[in-house]
Amino acid sequence: MRSDNKNKLVLLTSAAALTLGAASLASAQTLEATRDRGAVQCGVSDGLPGFSAPDDTGEWRGIDVDVCRAVAAAVFGDAEAVRYISLNAVERFTALQSGEVDVLSRNTTWTTTRDTTLGLNFTGVTFYDGIGFMVNRDLGLSSAEELDGAAICVQSGTTTELNVADYFRANDMAFDPIVFDTSEQTVGGYEAGRCDVLTSDTSQLAALRIQLSDPDQSVILPEIISKEPLGPVVRQGDDQWFNIVKWSLFAMLNAEEMGITSDNVEAMLESEDPDVARLLGQDGNYGEGMGLSADWAYQIIKQVGNYGESFERNVGMDSPLEIERGINALWTEGGIQYAPPIR
Amino acid sequence: MTIRHEMIPERPAPIRTVGPIAWLRANLFSGPVNTLFTLVGLYLLYVLLAPTIQWAFINADWVGTSRDDCSREGACWVFVNARLGQFIYGLYPGSEIWRVNTVFASFAALIAWLAIPRLPAKRWVAIATLLAFPVFAYVMLYGGYFGLRVVETHRWGGLMLTLILAVVGMVAALPIGILLALGRRSQMPIVKSFCVVFIEFWRGVPLITILFMASVMLPLFMPTGVSVDRLLRALIGITLFQSAYMAEVIRGGLQAIPRGQEEAAAALGMNYWMRMGLIVLPQALKMMIPGIVNTFISLFKDTTLVMIIGLFDLLGIVQAALSDSRWLGFALEGYVFAAFMFWVFCFSMSRYSQYLERKLHTGHKR
Repeated sequence: MRSDNKNKLVLLTSAAALTLGAASLASAQTLEATRDRGAVQCGVSDGLPGFSAPDDTGEWRGIDVDVCRAVAAAVFGDAEAVRYISLNAVERFTALQSGEVDVLSRNTTWTTTRDTTLGLNFTGVTFYDGIGFMVNRDLGLSSAEELDGAAICVQSGTTTELNVADYFRANDMAFDPIVFDTSEQTVGGYEAGRCDVLTSDTSQLAALRIQLSDPDQSVILPEIISKEPLGPVVRQGDDQWFNIVKWSLFAMLNAEEMGITSDNVEAMLESEDPDVARLLGQDGNYGEGMGLSADWAYQIIKQVGNYGESFERNVGMDSPLEIERGINALWTEGGIQYAPPIR
Repeated sequence: MTIRHEMIPERPAPIRTVGPIAWLRANLFSGPVNTLFTLVGLYLLYVLLAPTIQWAFINADWVGTSRDDCSREGACWVFVNARLGQFIYGLYPGSEIWRVNTVFASFAALIAWLAIPRLPAKRWVAIATLLAFPVFAYVMLYGGYFGLRVVETHRWGGLMLTLILAVVGMVAALPIGILLALGRRSQMPIVKSFCVVFIEFWRGVPLITILFMASVMLPLFMPTGVSVDRLLRALIGITLFQSAYMAEVIRGGLQAIPRGQEEAAAALGMNYWMRMGLIVLPQALKMMIPGIVNTFISLFKDTTLVMIIGLFDLLGIVQAALSDSRWLGFALEGYVFAAFMFWVFCFSMSRYSQYLERKLHTGHKR
């Protein structure tokens, strides 16, 4: 669902921004500035279901928001010490380059151009997104390979359209594209029965599914046919801050792998397992290298939870979106989420 | 032959010439063609209104706390209800909302004082509104003084933000606009060309471009570590843009004042500011009320554009609420609510301007 033109505009403004000398800012010590301010400035989206949106009480919630909270927990020991700044797709990179935000955690796809030409660094992947298919349950389909000859509702002018065409050509299948201008119209077309299949990024599909008059009548097929790794972004040139954001996510992943949750983290402090002891700061001080205290990971897990908790709470089965873990499961459970060890 | 000495008592006019029936006959059923049109009109009205009322009131859900309380047969106002606080105050912390309410209430009181003709001491209240109130409002809303907790502007939003943007835009744009209009009519070349360039520049670019420049490009020109608040950037952009429009509206009013007025004032020995302040502007502004209010109303609605720079005005916060995964799929209710709020404010402004016109009417209308 990412429009090409928009992408060009983003790149253009961001590249212009870079030449205007924003790079000089990157050497500033982000950690110090953040400490002086007393809050992490975190760029989030202006509303994306499950990723970042204000809830009924006005608190930001979502899997992207949890990254901000994890960084704040690691730096301050207080997950609430975050200043959320909502950014739209066009201004997100300039906001980061100009120092308006310290971390950009806004469903941003990691691509070569963004990583290498904008003076930015991606710190990891919080959610492996990609184009998926939603079909009517009555069709009895279980795989995208069975979609030969299907009528597919797709939004025009997006990379989705091109990727779907590529996928069908590569698999030597035919399809009949039914093209709409907006995502609402696309859903309307699917609901009116003009097509058998609705296609979009899987995270979007889940949000669109809830809005159908009978959500249970539609299923999302397991295949993801394109790569849209979404992750947090920081400015280039401040490696310490880069490490903090990177390892905040790794700590959450490692915690899930070791079975540490926000509920049992207190008990785990007593654990004999050397991996757990290192992660929770009971054995050695692995926060020191990042300028953090020894209990940095403990604070993240205690206040934000492990990656699995964050996933289930925001986009997974405990949320209305009900997205399957799929490739976002840990490497030990058939997914590709993997974090280097703490040692 | 009888002679009647008392008058025949007054009788009501025949029912066919007065009252609702007569009105209906005269206005809606005065001939076969009109009758036909009336019936067609009524039918269309029924076709349009019946489902709307059905959706908005009869089948609607009013009470509850979550999307499970919505039957989905009609509108689900539960959504608006659950989010009402957020739509009005944005993400302002719940425990500090009394501060916003105090500002709202005192602003309403000041405006009412100025709007109701019988109340005395208008001049002092006006001065207080223009000079003391903004300081008071800033201290209350932002905090940081008198032990008030600081509430940063990124937490401001909803109707509160819309009103702040609109009121600041209006109050600041009017005087700047007057100065620009006078400057454009001035004989002094530098003043005149400055005003012309200013007006034509700001009027020549869309507001969305200005906001975008202020939000995306401006931070890059600032020295490292210095950042101007996003809200302030938007406010400055809106004010400059609006004052250019205001200047042209007011210049239109100035053109309409006959030259003789100014010359007569000059003959009485008045200097420039007296001539303008006492003779020309009072007449011009009075005539320009419809134009000025028109600009205000369009400014009020233009404030929704701040959405594109990530500020949550009334419409922006509604959209953000729509993307909460617990409340997906209530777009129609959210937008209807936002439209209704905007209509209430714009219509009130329009009514007040009509009242003002009648009050200041001194025979200049032809």
